[in-house]
Amino acid sequence: MVNTLFPLTVTGATARRSGRDLIGPIDLHLSGAPCTMVIGPNGSGKTTLLRLLSGAARLGAGQINWASDADYLRAAQAFVFQRPVMLRRTVLQNLCYPLQLRGVSRVQARRRAEEWAAKVGLTDLLDRPAPALSGGEQQKLALARALITNPKVLFLDEPCAALDGRAMREVEAILQAAKTAGTRLIMSTHDMGQARRLADEVLFLLHGKLHEHTPAAEFFAAPQTPQAAAFLNGDIVE
Amino acid sequence: MDDLWHGLAQAFWLVVRFDPALVEIAARSLQVTLSALFFACLIAMPLAAFLAVRRFRYRRTVIAVLNALMGLPPVVVGLIVYVFLSRAGPFGVLGLLFTPTAMIIAQVIIIVPLIASIAHQSLRELWHHYHDLLISMNVTQFQKVTTLLWDARRALLTAALAGFGRAIGEVGAIMIVGGNIDHATRVLTTAIALETGKGEFAFALALGFILIALAILVNLSIHWVGKTEREGQW
Repeated sequence: MVNTLFPLTVTGATARRSGRDLIGPIDLHLSGAPCTMVIGPNGSGKTTLLRLLSGAARLGAGQINWASDADYLRAAQAFVFQRPVMLRRTVLQNLCYPLQLRGVSRVQARRRAEEWAAKVGLTDLLDRPAPALSGGEQQKLALARALITNPKVLFLDEPCAALDGRAMREVEAILQAAKTAGTRLIMSTHDMGQARRLADEVLFLLHGKLHEHTPAAEFFAAPQTPQAAAFLNGDIVE
Repeated sequence: MDDLWHGLAQAFWLVVRFDPALVEIAARSLQVTLSALFFACLIAMPLAAFLAVRRFRYRRTVIAVLNALMGLPPVVVGLIVYVFLSRAGPFGVLGLLFTPTAMIIAQVIIIVPLIASIAHQSLRELWHHYHDLLISMNVTQFQKVTTLLWDARRALLTAALAGFGRAIGEVGAIMIVGGNIDHATRVLTTAIALETGKGEFAFALALGFILIALAILVNLSIHWVGKTEREGQW
């Protein structure tokens, strides 16, 4: 599958809130590895970077250039949040919602929703109100709802932060399948095990600055910066 | 105390006998209030959703004014509507003064700010919850509004019921613009005011009890239809 969004070039990007630089300036070139993992300690700007790239946060300065225009990017992306946002509807209606926004017919939307519910193991829960699901089920629903439109790029902000081991394994299986199907993942995580399992390349952020951008194998074997080495060792990086 | 008991007894007999005069004014009360409620919701709900999702310059001011207008004195509203609809007023040619339509207009003005304010409160919270998701899904302004209105429908029911409560018990405005004309614009509240003035306390109380019962009945039936307060619902 041709992914026309990449390469992505970021030059001097910053995000400001009330006069303070949250992150940046960041220079970055993503050529479209299947999974780009953003790691770093709390408050290092992982969420803000994802929001900037997805267009949810306002760019303070600099430029973010995707290979496609902005309209295409907006239609071809999806975002999964740390705490899943459930529409106050049934599981089925949650899955149908993004399709209905795109004008897919009711019958067609229902068919695809049932397909996806089966893929993530929610078939038995289709008629349950989504906010009543468990945390793991909600995150799986959020993933299915994000993937149902076949996005070219999927942003994930610590999707497994509040999940137990089993739910995390299920979520990672869904993510692996999405990767194989050609969706590029740009995700942040706190879990170095997860980063090792999923990442193809790593962005290491600290204090809102990009410290490292290396292929995953290299990063985990021999990080280039002392800060990244300390972080991988489990030291507290400040 | 005697008056209270007489009132209760009389209310009981009025209802049991299905008193035609009572049925007429009770039906008019419902007709005027439900019509006003319908049009007020049509204005207030989209307005509330718009205020929740749209950021514009005087948004805070509009919300503050709307909140302040919740306490709009009905008599003043009645007076202003009267001036507009009277023969000499700008809408005098329509001949609406002293008709149920005039009463509906006055009530709409009174309850729109109330419904819009309460609806805005809950829609704002829901929007806060949905914001990131809907932005990431790239929804249009219209889709935002319809999504919010649909998903907050049970909270909006509460707003509508508050509006209903204010309208059905309202007397100042509809007395002025309706005129309390027998068989034309007399409703429960204006009849109560009239009977009290005449010293017919028992009859006035009877009407009062019926008014309260009516309000409770409408509330209960709307709750029942809307399936609120049930498990797993919103």
